[in-house]
Amino acid sequence: MRYLKNVSTLTIDRKKCTGCGMCAVVCPHRVIKIAERKAWIIEPDLCMECGACAVNCRENAVSVKNGTGCAYGMIKAKLKGSSEECECDCC
Amino acid sequence: MRFKNTDGKPAFSDILGKLRMRLGIKRSDYRVNPGLYALNSPGAGSPVLVSANYKLSFDVLRAAASDLDAWILVLDTKGINVWCAAGKGTFGTEELIKRVKKSGLSKYLSHKTLILPQLGASGVAAHKVKAKTGFTVKFGPVEAYDLRKYLENGQKCDEAMRTIRFPLAERLVLTPVEMVLSWPLLLGSLSLSVLCALISGGLPVFLSLLSLSVLAILTGTLLVPALLPYIPGSSFAWKGWITGLISSVIYLLLAGISSAVFIAGALFLFPAISAFLALNFTGSTTFTSPSGVKKEMLYAIPFCVISAAAGLVFLFYFAFRGFSL
Repeated sequence: MRYLKNVSTLTIDRKKCTGCGMCAVVCPHRVIKIAERKAWIIEPDLCMECGACAVNCRENAVSVKNGTGCAYGMIKAKLKGSSEECECDCC
Repeated sequence: MRFKNTDGKPAFSDILGKLRMRLGIKRSDYRVNPGLYALNSPGAGSPVLVSANYKLSFDVLRAAASDLDAWILVLDTKGINVWCAAGKGTFGTEELIKRVKKSGLSKYLSHKTLILPQLGASGVAAHKVKAKTGFTVKFGPVEAYDLRKYLENGQKCDEAMRTIRFPLAERLVLTPVEMVLSWPLLLGSLSLSVLCALISGGLPVFLSLLSLSVLAILTGTLLVPALLPYIPGSSFAWKGWITGLISSVIYLLLAGISSAVFIAGALFLFPAISAFLALNFTGSTTFTSPSGVKKEMLYAIPFCVISAAAGLVFLFYFAFRGFSL
């Protein structure tokens, strides 16, 4: 299953990347592959911006605006003017 | 600090609890105490499995590892599952470091490895845990049922174990909660049906509107999740709208309703409800990105609101003029 195209905020700074491969390991959608000792985004449209890759990059080479992607939570945050995070009871 | 003993056999109350969670009844109150648990009779070389203190998560892990001797380290995730808690940061680096130290885990072990579910990775920075505790964090399979294979495989995942899926059974198990959460819409629809019936039209109008409402809600919360991969398009609101349109049209045809005003009202209102509910299902899926949801909401929410308002105008016009179906 695929979601909307060209929306993922995932980027990798290949100057900082040492090719340790941790980002590729933790990605639950196999978005990243290691080749020539660097990380490459091979399936950007499969990215759900969970942030596992960025959290586990010790070089801070990976960046992504992460979140849970919960419409309910976003609407609630908009209405209450609070920070955009999932605060509903749905998970 | 001591550990508690546990095994993999679910008690009757665990099965009732699971049912209660799936129906969304008092879902925020189903917890186990955080800390260290001995599953069966683990020794110094036994693996350490890290979990959340949502009881459903803990029970799934216990059941999957029921014939293993293992340590289970339960983090305080405020009763939230691993995936959501990792997103919120409670299944997180700090809590894991704290819990490893507090449990005195290392004195029971001859190794320094923690096995975390892969979906905990968005909350836990393995390198930071290593630096603070000396423990190596290994991210195991996405699904607990792959644990045995993972351990037999020398604590290595294959690509399939690392990939998150969203099969029919998993989509369907989430739908009762979606239905329960949609009660305000059902209440609103019920009031609309009663109101329109009282103004004019009586029982036939009441039944038609109520049937259409229930159909729209079931379409958004059950039909769309079930048919998710087969409904064309990638936007959830679109999937909900088109499926809602088809189900409403089928009802109107079968019921033999010929009033153009009523049909217009129904087709503006009910597919919009299905679209909104389908959009909400993004929060339960395992592949939607927040950037995508935000993009979709930008046009889908105003569309749903305006369309539903137009539908209400038509339906009340229908009722006040006293047209027949």
